[in-house]
Amino acid sequence: MIRDATKAINQPYYRSLTRNIILIIIFVTFTPGALVMGVIWEEYNVAYTEKVFSHLRELVQKHRQNIDSFLQEKLADIQLIVSNLNFEKLRDERRLGILFQSAQALYGQVFVDLGLVDDKGMQAAYVGPFKLEKANYADAKWFREAIASEFYISDVFLGLRGHPHFVVAVRHQWQGRFWILRATINFEAFNTVVTNLRVGKTGIAFLLNRNGEFQTKKPEGVELDEVAYGNFFKNADVMENDISYVESRDHKGEKHIYLGALLNNGNWLLVFRQNYDDALADLIGFQKITVIISLLGGLAIVVMAYFLSRRMVNRIARADREKEMMNQQVIETGKLASIGELAAGIAHEINNPVAIMVEEAGWIQDLLEEEEFGRSENLEEFQRALNQINTQGKRCKEITHKLLSFARKTDSRVQNVEINTLIEDILGLSYQRAKYMNVAIHTHFGEDLPQVKMSPSEMQQVLLNMINNALDVMEKKGGTLDISTALEDDHVTIEIADNGPGIHPDHLPRVFDPFFTTKPVGKGTGLGLSICYGIINKMGGNIDVKSAIDVGTVFKIKIPVPFETGVQ
Amino acid sequence: MAVANVLLVDDEIPFVETMTKRLKKRDLEVMSAHNGPDALKALEDHPGIEVVILDVKMPGMDGIDTLKEIKKSFPLTEVIMLTGHATVESAIDGMKLGAFDYLMKPCDNDQLMEKVKEAAAKKQQHENKIIEARMKEITSRRI
Repeated sequence: MIRDATKAINQPYYRSLTRNIILIIIFVTFTPGALVMGVIWEEYNVAYTEKVFSHLRELVQKHRQNIDSFLQEKLADIQLIVSNLNFEKLRDERRLGILFQSAQALYGQVFVDLGLVDDKGMQAAYVGPFKLEKANYADAKWFREAIASEFYISDVFLGLRGHPHFVVAVRHQWQGRFWILRATINFEAFNTVVTNLRVGKTGIAFLLNRNGEFQTKKPEGVELDEVAYGNFFKNADVMENDISYVESRDHKGEKHIYLGALLNNGNWLLVFRQNYDDALADLIGFQKITVIISLLGGLAIVVMAYFLSRRMVNRIARADREKEMMNQQVIETGKLASIGELAAGIAHEINNPVAIMVEEAGWIQDLLEEEEFGRSENLEEFQRALNQINTQGKRCKEITHKLLSFARKTDSRVQNVEINTLIEDILGLSYQRAKYMNVAIHTHFGEDLPQVKMSPSEMQQVLLNMINNALDVMEKKGGTLDISTALEDDHVTIEIADNGPGIHPDHLPRVFDPFFTTKPVGKGTGLGLSICYGIINKMGGNIDVKSAIDVGTVFKIKIPVPFETGVQ
Repeated sequence: MAVANVLLVDDEIPFVETMTKRLKKRDLEVMSAHNGPDALKALEDHPGIEVVILDVKMPGMDGIDTLKEIKKSFPLTEVIMLTGHATVESAIDGMKLGAFDYLMKPCDNDQLMEKVKEAAAKKQQHENKIIEARMKEITSRRI
């Protein structure tokens, strides 16, 4: 029956039912899930991105302050010297040397050298590792700009010494002429101050001047797009003290975020650059986990929906089949019952006229015995004919009686039944048919069989069904039908063996399945054996079937013997 | 003298007629009735009836009801039930109600004769016993 159900599930009706259930389960589970997920996803993304950017902004802000204060500090040192000592005193290279040494002692290697430059650009005094005494800076860009303002911090340049460096200069007036004290800042030291900001794997900081030139070492992989940086400065100018933010893709197509902040009085731009994915690495990790969990969950739901609905539909299919079978059984029983009533009526109505006929024949027989007929030539013929009427009348009686005994309302009242007698009754109905089919019926009744508790009419149904089946298969060729009964342990067994064509091994396990039939459409309902199986099962017995092609088929019915009568 | 005095009750008139002839030929005194009330009336009119052959299935008052009445009013009269197979159960009920035996229709005449004789003998035996008992009573009264 289970196999039938799995078969049934492939019918279009059950297929579409399965599909609908799956879709409904998936829809109902996914829709709210997806909505909730979507909202949380979006909110979390926004919140987390905001958090990351505000953190980065703060970082950049602080870094700018650090760099700015570094520069201011250096400038203040020079200013201090200038405001305490005039040109005359600073010209003394020995004094300048002491100052330089104390500055170095205080700040390490930040100051590379100190130089005193007059308004003509001549270096009046110099302390430092390079031979730059009497150097002329009249044409140097930094000098022209430094002499024009009170404080000056230059861009990074190569200068006379050929190393990248920048200059911090303070202008002062002595005897009506400007002079400048300038200090060279160690590029490496400054570079370290700027680039020691590292965030994540790719977060780096660097400085640019207004021309888009690097004021720190050019970091690897950073290619400047002049237009973008121009825009950057424009943005930054508008934003004044605030941090400007740009996203762009580099030539490899990777997305980067840029945070920019102006410093050194707006001459320099501190740029913080980080790979977008790196900046949001945690978020992306979270997103990946979420996606994986959702996918796995979704998969689980789909799988669950599939199996659940298949199981449900299986059950439904089975229930449907059982219902169908019940209906068929009810119809069948109803049919039997009405046939039974009809047959009972007919039999009874026929009995009376037959009785009269037999009586009349008997009367003629009585009269023939009187003397005047004794001499008649045809007396013997008359008597033979009357005897024949009598015999046939009895035959009618027998037929109607058997019909009646079988066709009475199916009644499932349990009684003590003699199996052998019951079988003989049933065979009485089948002998005629068997004769026409050329089937010989042999019975081998076990002796002293105990009485069995069962409903005789149900058992009649079972036996007649099985005998008819056996006769059906032997219809064409004829054969023998052996019916034997025996007592085995605590069971009474009935074997019904035919020598018909046998049941194909593929069909053998299915013969008791409802609606399984090999008869042509309209000839068999496929219910007979399954009803038999049900009846015998209800009695606590069972039916076995053995079959071999071209040898025959044996049905063996086992019925338990009630305990008290079984052991005698 | 007739072997027995019989009342045949059946609604099938031809059956009754033929049966009557046949039984008469076998030296039975036969009366007939075609329904329950007629049968009771006949019994009343002819107290000599010993055995009633009664069909179970009759329109109106059926065999069982008739049997009950007979047993109530004429307890010593023996009743043989005739039945079609469908009414075997009612024939058995009839036996429980005091019928002498039952036969299935169409019945063998010899068998029927046998039963009738047995029934008549039984009735006579009963009557004899009753007479004996009475005689005993009367004789003992005298003493």
